[in-house]
Amino acid sequence: MSKLHISATVNGEAVEYLCDPKQTLLDVLRDELNLTGSKEGCSSGDCGACSVTLDGRLVCSCLVLGVEMQGRSVETIENMASGEELHPLQQKFLEAAALQCGFCTPGFLVAAKALLEKNPNPTETEARYWLAGNLCRCTGYDKIIRAVLETAADMRGSK
Amino acid sequence: MAGYEGKTFKWVGTRPIRPDGVDKVTGRANYGADMNLPGQLTGRILRSPHAHAKIVSIDTSKAEKLTGVKAVITGKDFPDMHNGVMPGDEGVNFHHLSSNIMAKHKVLYDGHAVAAVAATSAAIAEEALSLIDVKYEILPHVIDVDLSMQPDAPLLHDDIFTSGVNPKPEKPSNVVQRIQMQLGDPDAAFKDADVIVERSFKTKAVHQGYIEPHAAVAEWSEDGQCRIWCSSQGHFMIRTLTARLLKMEAAQIRVMPAEIGGGFGGKTIIFIEPTAVLLARKAKRPVRVVMSRDEVFRGSGPAPATSIDVKIGAKKDGTLVAATGEFRYQAGAFPGSPVGPACMAAFGPYALTHVRATGYEAVTNRPLCYSYRAPGAPLSSFAVESVLDEIAQKLDMDPMEIRIKNGSKEGTQMVYGPKLKAVGNLECLKAIQSHPINKIPLGPNQGRGLAAGFWFNLGGQSSAVVNIAEDGTATIMTGSPDIGGSRASMALMAAEVLGIDYSKVRPIVGDTSAVGFCEITHGSRVTFATGMAIIQASEDIVLQCRQRVAKMWEVDVDAVKWEDGHALPAGANAGDQKPLSLAQIAGKAARTGGPLVGSAAINAGGAGPAFGVHICDVEVDPETGHVTVLRYVAAQDAGKAIHPSYVEGQIQGGVAQGVGWALNEEYIYGEDGRLQNSGFLDYRIPVASDLPMIDAIILEVPNPGHPFGVRGVGEVPIVPPLGAIANAVARATGVRMTDLPLTPPKILAAIDAAK
Repeated sequence: MSKLHISATVNGEAVEYLCDPKQTLLDVLRDELNLTGSKEGCSSGDCGACSVTLDGRLVCSCLVLGVEMQGRSVETIENMASGEELHPLQQKFLEAAALQCGFCTPGFLVAAKALLEKNPNPTETEARYWLAGNLCRCTGYDKIIRAVLETAADMRGSK
Repeated sequence: MAGYEGKTFKWVGTRPIRPDGVDKVTGRANYGADMNLPGQLTGRILRSPHAHAKIVSIDTSKAEKLTGVKAVITGKDFPDMHNGVMPGDEGVNFHHLSSNIMAKHKVLYDGHAVAAVAATSAAIAEEALSLIDVKYEILPHVIDVDLSMQPDAPLLHDDIFTSGVNPKPEKPSNVVQRIQMQLGDPDAAFKDADVIVERSFKTKAVHQGYIEPHAAVAEWSEDGQCRIWCSSQGHFMIRTLTARLLKMEAAQIRVMPAEIGGGFGGKTIIFIEPTAVLLARKAKRPVRVVMSRDEVFRGSGPAPATSIDVKIGAKKDGTLVAATGEFRYQAGAFPGSPVGPACMAAFGPYALTHVRATGYEAVTNRPLCYSYRAPGAPLSSFAVESVLDEIAQKLDMDPMEIRIKNGSKEGTQMVYGPKLKAVGNLECLKAIQSHPINKIPLGPNQGRGLAAGFWFNLGGQSSAVVNIAEDGTATIMTGSPDIGGSRASMALMAAEVLGIDYSKVRPIVGDTSAVGFCEITHGSRVTFATGMAIIQASEDIVLQCRQRVAKMWEVDVDAVKWEDGHALPAGANAGDQKPLSLAQIAGKAARTGGPLVGSAAINAGGAGPAFGVHICDVEVDPETGHVTVLRYVAAQDAGKAIHPSYVEGQIQGGVAQGVGWALNEEYIYGEDGRLQNSGFLDYRIPVASDLPMIDAIILEVPNPGHPFGVRGVGEVPIVPPLGAIANAVARATGVRMTDLPLTPPKILAAIDAAK
């Protein structure tokens, strides 16, 4: 099957790519656009390591087809820091040791950012349920949840 | 080793940001599947759909003709292997290992690799797999360990004769080995017991569940040199095994350590790298092989199912008089079950005069059974802790009191040989005993469970290099993959010895051609053993600096001491010299003997055993059988916590895995021997909403075998949770269950049966 030409916005920049109809958005990001920060852990939408926001909505990029991207906008982990400055979640994850192997970290950060944009003051339970779609096998989630809640408090305080 | 006792540390014990952290929160860090070389092909592996079958024929001709297919290989492309031993004194049967990577005459499990292709795209590679015609003759299979040990069980191999039995068997069987370790005479000692509890347990196979699937990129050049980028717990292991399996020389192969996305023991052995190398050689282009999640479940090295009998006898006052355990551990299709460590660790937290641990290992038609965090110990510990808890209940005794009364301590004779040196078992028990959790009242359907755990920890071979740049900053390199923050611990230890700021130290994980041999990252050994190499390499730098300054000052080296990153006169007779910083000394390196390079290559002994004690509260829903973990507290002796945050992280992560093992995780096989839950939807590991905060308490009873007192910390935290959760559920429901996992249907059935 021949490839399709797609025009989309990735991390605020206009991009064009050729895409096999079988390729997922995750395949496109990783293999066509060399954005390997989004990870493939399962390719079935169960682990959340490939989390991105698509037109502002949190999705697993392994569950979106590359050809669905025509005219749409995706934000990935690569665009989370602005210039030299880390996003407060990124900084807090470092300070709180909220990562071990780091493989699930981009997905958690993208998902946590989406949470705080929707709900700047989540309870522990709300944070745990929002992030239940992101699997981490190293940390037991403790330091991740603490980092998210502390960042939320910091961000509320700085407003 | 001396010189640090009583020292106040400046860096060790602090919690700075890890040096590799920014790359990991920005998506910049490169894991195994992130490498993309020019001309790179996609490799895919065809796997058996049968649990046990003869391979009658494999026809790859149609796949080879498909446009875009550049290479197809089968078991015939792998050299025939004979047994041998790899460095690190671990016996490896290379025939078995090769046959696991690519089946030759028989497939031994659902998921066993039979062929592989490399193609210009993933879609073409997958189409090519569908064009490979494999004719199988299906054989009877066996999954359950007890059934596999029966004399009439389907036989997997004709070259396995049970070792450790007398007389040596004349017929092959599935039983790989029988091992036994004993102190005193437990059979006689049971006669002195006032109460005896004997129970049988069954547990299911589980997977390590690392989120990153196995991934490797291989490149082959015309002069026979080969480069591999892969995610593993030891790139030197990958080099050694690839060389042996493909009959290459080790120095021909350069293995680059990608970042590793979790391993927990499951990446301490080789699965796909030789396949990638053979494909790359045949295709004359780089090839990337990445497992799917389905392949990870079906074709990597999960932990065993078990069948266990434990019997413990005690006096009325709670003194344990005798204990025995028979531990029957499933291997996968090839030997490799951790029944030895299981026997060693089972009774570790208790001082027993009369104890016997007997282990059996039997091959079954499921994937290679390999290491999972404290391999074997969580299961044997679960059985022992369950029986001990029941004894406490029968004696109407506090479960903590019976554990403290019988707790192993310095001087305790272990069943596997040594006597314990200074350890923190009692300290952990007492920390949990005095924890506020004990004062929280329990509601209806709630229960509190306690368990202790032991793991012996490993040392082993490690190398390290410390390079001082002209401005006094340090690059430190080891060959130990950083699986959970070890770069930070290495940098902290180097900063401590060199006396420079942590930010001036950059830790690197070097490839196999850049740094000396390091054993795999396993056995909780890296911070202990590789850290010891870093300490010695840093001490080497300090000595060289003192020698150079002694020359400049025209004094004896003993007249120069090292403090806070500076060379100073050791006393008045050294003259009135101004201190020289490491940067000043480094700046003069060219005139004082050349570059400052410190190194160490060691085989570290003296690993200090680790103990952990866990307590948890659960609530069991009597309508559904669902278990909610309400509270969890874990105390552990770390010897000396180099970076306490990452020690806590190890404890919390081990607990979470143990909770999953206790409550939810299991390999489910159909009657046809096929795995039915090879994805994260049906093999459900704990998610954030399944768990409470996990209170990790670090205790520090220094390990006399390490200059800073370090003990390994990574493994013991997964040992107690199975027992702690099971004991909590037993107390919440009033029913003691002996089959893991404690799924809602099983719990409901047990509650109903007890009514």
